[in-house]
Amino acid sequence: MSDERDPASRVVPRPDSPEADASADSKGFSRRSFLKGAGITVSAGVIAAEGLLETATAATDTKVAGPGAVPITLKINGTEHTLEVEPRVTLLDALRDHLDITGAKKVCDRAVCGACTVLLDGKAVYSCNVLAIAAQGHEITTIEGLAAEGQLSPVSAAFVLHDAQQCGFCTPGFVMAVTAYLKQHPNPSYEEVTAGLGGNLCRCGTYMGVREAALDAAKRLSAGRA
Amino acid sequence: MADYHWPPAEKRFLIGKSFSRVDGPAKSSGRAKYAYDINRPGMLYGKMVLSPHAHAKVKSIDTAAAEKMPGVRAVHVMFEPGKEVLWAGQEIVALAADTEDQARDAARAVKVVYEVMPHLVSDVAPANAGKERATAGSEAKEGDPDAAMAAAEVKVEGTYGAGVITHCCLEAHGQVTEWEADKLTMWVSTQNVTGVAGEMSKALSIPAASVRTITQYMGGGFGSKFGADPWGPACAQLAKKAGRPVKMMLERDQELMEAGARPSIYAKVKAGAKKDGTLVAWISESWGTSGPQGGGNPPIPYVMRAPNRRTKHTAVLTNIGPGRAWRAPNHPQSAVITMCALDDLAAAIPMDPLDFFLKNIELTGERGKSYREELLKAAAMMDWKKKWRPRGTKQPGPVQRGLGLSIHTWGGGGHQSNASCTIHPDGSVEVNISSQDLGTGTRTIIALVAGETFGLPISAITVNIGDSRYPASGASGGSTTVGGVSSSTRHAATNALNELFAKVATFLDAKPEELEAAEGEVRVAEDPGRAMTWNQACAKLGATPIAAAGQRSLDLISSGVAGAQMAEVTVDTETGVVRVEEIVAVQDCGLVLNKKTAESQVYGALIMGVTYALYEEKLMDEQTGRCLNPDMEFYKLAGLADIGKFRVHMMTGPGYDERGVIGLGEPPVVSPGAAISNAVANAIGVRVPTIPITPAKVLAALEAASGTGRA
Repeated sequence: MSDERDPASRVVPRPDSPEADASADSKGFSRRSFLKGAGITVSAGVIAAEGLLETATAATDTKVAGPGAVPITLKINGTEHTLEVEPRVTLLDALRDHLDITGAKKVCDRAVCGACTVLLDGKAVYSCNVLAIAAQGHEITTIEGLAAEGQLSPVSAAFVLHDAQQCGFCTPGFVMAVTAYLKQHPNPSYEEVTAGLGGNLCRCGTYMGVREAALDAAKRLSAGRA
Repeated sequence: MADYHWPPAEKRFLIGKSFSRVDGPAKSSGRAKYAYDINRPGMLYGKMVLSPHAHAKVKSIDTAAAEKMPGVRAVHVMFEPGKEVLWAGQEIVALAADTEDQARDAARAVKVVYEVMPHLVSDVAPANAGKERATAGSEAKEGDPDAAMAAAEVKVEGTYGAGVITHCCLEAHGQVTEWEADKLTMWVSTQNVTGVAGEMSKALSIPAASVRTITQYMGGGFGSKFGADPWGPACAQLAKKAGRPVKMMLERDQELMEAGARPSIYAKVKAGAKKDGTLVAWISESWGTSGPQGGGNPPIPYVMRAPNRRTKHTAVLTNIGPGRAWRAPNHPQSAVITMCALDDLAAAIPMDPLDFFLKNIELTGERGKSYREELLKAAAMMDWKKKWRPRGTKQPGPVQRGLGLSIHTWGGGGHQSNASCTIHPDGSVEVNISSQDLGTGTRTIIALVAGETFGLPISAITVNIGDSRYPASGASGGSTTVGGVSSSTRHAATNALNELFAKVATFLDAKPEELEAAEGEVRVAEDPGRAMTWNQACAKLGATPIAAAGQRSLDLISSGVAGAQMAEVTVDTETGVVRVEEIVAVQDCGLVLNKKTAESQVYGALIMGVTYALYEEKLMDEQTGRCLNPDMEFYKLAGLADIGKFRVHMMTGPGYDERGVIGLGEPPVVSPGAAISNAVANAIGVRVPTIPITPAKVLAALEAASGTGRA
């Protein structure tokens, strides 16, 4: 495997970032509650590396979520959904298992393959690597939100035209990754697209089409803006 | 009277052109529903308890604690105590709970006592495997290999091979099962809609007519998804016990541990030629593992068969996990063994391998003419004669560039297929086939063939597949689908059209046999002015649609293809990293129906080929007997940045089209491993004997060659 992928293109907002924390507080969760809730899935090494362990231990006066189901509200494709999930439930599982929004796919389930890519405040994230409770207060966009049913977003249309899909299981994730990438890089070169879309994997081998589709969609979107 | 034979080139208006796949919009908008995406009211989630041991006797299974866990609704024991598990990851218990996480928690609460037994998970030669694990096949002989080898002016000896890889389908194996009284509906990720229904009926002892399987979309199979598998019936049992639908898809680690493995094949080879490049002798002893099963004889030597040869293959039984058919079973491994040995032989002569292959092209048998045309076409596309340098020609700097080639074959005859075609009075047209679209473009092909038959655009045809209630059709394996469904569709559509002609001929003051359907009209062939639109013609049916059946027609299809590929790589001799800069693929498959999806098949095969040539391998831990990389961090698939400049050329026109339709899924995936390996050898001057060609193997080969190997 090449190491030329550009991890910078993949923004995984950390639920423990100040930005996420502030929004979480407004929903009644804190860094402390996140750690309590997510401790099962977040290794101590990771937490310590982030330098947050002490902070977390110090904050003892806040509300603890879980381990049972808690009510949360997610704003998905502009619509607010209230549901009850255990704090350990990922955004991906909340979408697929609780809300029947199945465009994002579960493949590796550990932030490698990109099949679960959705947008969080416009940035591509691996939804298998974001807890549902931590996605509160953010604008979540899934592939279903790119265009009304029966219509295609410019990126989706380019995928059809360039046959950037075979079995299609990686396709929604790729479409979301391209959508987010083109927002940040409106006029990418061939080489930039190649590096920038390294966060998604395909098994059927549709990369030739994906690259063409991304470049073509960039042109169409630019023309649309002009 | 419409003739069901394929129309001549000048009459084809859809066949052979490029069309976007009809289900592309559903897939690229995320609306396509795979088995994994089916959510039913009250549905539970199933998970399985897997053996942590590669070889053990199951002494006891205790599910009492698990049954009391929160959310658990049903438990089903899948393994009989007293029997032996034969690989780590074998299923012991299935259970269903309200949520996935609850099911996972409960699976951890199942207590299984094992008596651990000795295992073998390393890919060893038969001599090191023990007699009870090595089953020698019979020896095959042609001509006088020993005398020919003794007389050969140039000889090479080497060991070549390919390790075990997995299928790593992005949609894991699995299904949703739901009972309505004693009838079962199963949304399943399968290559075999018709066959799985039958398997389920047998496993559950219910009538086949009571099972309905549905696969509207499926996320990759590559040969691993033909059966109901142990988890299909287990899922149905859980649904029965719980009285609720159950979704049970394999987790990623289970998918990689046991839901698909391409057998390894290795061989010790001697090959001999005359100084002028004439190949005269081949002697090989090969072995490989397909897990706990034995294995058939691989096609070695592959395609280019020396006139004097002796081969022997030994299957080694291991606890690596069960082998499954992997896109072109046995061919990629056999190509690596054969094409790499022949490439070494050409280098020893020394001779440009292109000249060597062309000189011996008659040894490929009846497809010799195709191989010659394809090698020459590929050479022109690659600019081979200008770029090629003798093996190991030193280039300035640490990065060395090289070229390699390989040729391949496959059958690809069409499977049994039934189709029904309905022409409605309002002019709409449906084709129903219980086939499945693996991502190869099956839906689009069916619509294209029906459209061609009726003179209608692809968009006018409604294709219904992926449901066992439609007419039975074969499993999608071995590149057999396109021949099956295109010929059954053509047959059914032609039959329906002739019925339509019979109904409307009098309105055109003509005989049915004088009519044709073209350009959206039904008209008199010799007098196209006497016409009515398609819709006007269909309106003459009154209230009753036409429904006609069709079967696979052998005179519309054929089997047996050639194919040539050339790769250009760069190898960093300081890091051992190989980059595939270019591949050209020249492929025939008889009559190409949809150029766009045909080319996509070949591009996809090349990319899968880069992955198995350079990156992917099922790594086993000898101590614990477990798979070390049942995930996607360490089971590596090529990413976009690993893919260079690839070009595909489909051989069409006279000499190819008239053969009829032949399958394309397998053949182009056969050669990349061998072509890339040969390019690496050409670049660095030494052979990396096995694939995947990892940086460590490249550095080891360079060190061994320089005689300065570190301890």
